[in-house]
Amino acid sequence: MKISITVNGAKHDADVEPRTLLVYFLREQLGLKGTNVGCDTTSCGACTVLLDGESVKSCTVLAVQADGADVTTIEGLAGDGGLHPVQQAFHEHHGLQCGYCTPGFVMASVSLLKENPNPSEEEIRLGLEGNLCRCTGYHNILRAVQAAARAGA
Amino acid sequence: MIPAAFEYARAGSVDEAIELLGREDAKVLAGGHSLLPLLKLRFARPSLLVDIGRLDDLRYVREDGDQIAIGALNRHADLALDPVLAQGCGLLARTAGNVGDPQVRHRGTIGGSVAHADPASDLGTILLTLDAGFVARGPDGERTIAASDFFVGPFESALEQQELLTEIRVPKVDGGRYLKHVRRQQDWATVAVAAARLNGDVHVGLAGMGPTPLRARAVEEAVAGGASPADAAAHAAEGTDPPSDVSGSSEYRAHLARVLTRQALEQI
Repeated sequence: MKISITVNGAKHDADVEPRTLLVYFLREQLGLKGTNVGCDTTSCGACTVLLDGESVKSCTVLAVQADGADVTTIEGLAGDGGLHPVQQAFHEHHGLQCGYCTPGFVMASVSLLKENPNPSEEEIRLGLEGNLCRCTGYHNILRAVQAAARAGA
Repeated sequence: MIPAAFEYARAGSVDEAIELLGREDAKVLAGGHSLLPLLKLRFARPSLLVDIGRLDDLRYVREDGDQIAIGALNRHADLALDPVLAQGCGLLARTAGNVGDPQVRHRGTIGGSVAHADPASDLGTILLTLDAGFVARGPDGERTIAASDFFVGPFESALEQQELLTEIRVPKVDGGRYLKHVRRQQDWATVAVAAARLNGDVHVGLAGMGPTPLRARAVEEAVAGGASPADAAAHAAEGTDPPSDVSGSSEYRAHLARVLTRQALEQI
């Protein structure tokens, strides 16, 4: 089926099988491998991207469902001025250990801060409940999101 | 995990969706957050998916007399923030805001969730507790299915193959509680209890205690008879058939049902 998806500002026309998951379309057809596949069961959030500005787990969205939509992946966050404020905050506060879950956490955090620019600690923890860090590095992730909120991300 | 191959059709109207569902093994795709996991595990292998995700006329929440009418395609995130629902049926709005996690709530819909008929469904349990009505449209017209008839078995609703759930109707209700026990925040309920006062009666519903969401009728009768929350809650597991699985044994679930029922009754 022919679809047209805008990813990180660039429009892509493609022909996909209806069963193609958005995450595999991004990784394999567009070569955007920053979005990781973790659990593949809508649990871990490693594959989180923004679909029309909202966080979704791209392992549980069909590419055909995203036809006509605007997708942002981790590759689309940094601009000419350098890292996105959420990326910068994860960097400065070491909001990662092995790094595998990081793209998903960053995208989920961007979505969270868009919906709630000044979240409490509890709201951050609940807002990131859809993302798992197997290194259990949650403490610094929390600090990074708090710093990003202060920076007006 | 990749689903088995299927054909895909995007419905442009409810009528077109109903027509497309005429194929025997077609399945409805809304947000996909119940269906896609099943397809990936190949527990379901439909030959056709009928995508209703763009039927924007099924996204509304409005007052209708003493009820709130909710279009089936409202996402959990929409319902959590809807001012009409917050005012008229805050219990449902708050529970929608607690389904899954933010990413799931950005995609999952109330219609898809209840049509999936998971026995541990948060929204299904609330809707059963509130005696909601389920409006379904098929080739022969529209009917409203009572909540007590809607949940037929595990992952089985009363919807016919060619019927589309279009609207859910809930009574206006103040207060109410939904208490959910989970091992991890984003998990399905091991057991959950809904309790609300409706027209002077106390309604109590249970998730995770049998093949469908259930009403705790023995508890409701005890409350109506004047029993205290603690005494009424002692009946919470009566007539239930809770499963034993990785989240808890049958006995543990029965215990949870009694404890959560007492707490919910004390809080409404």
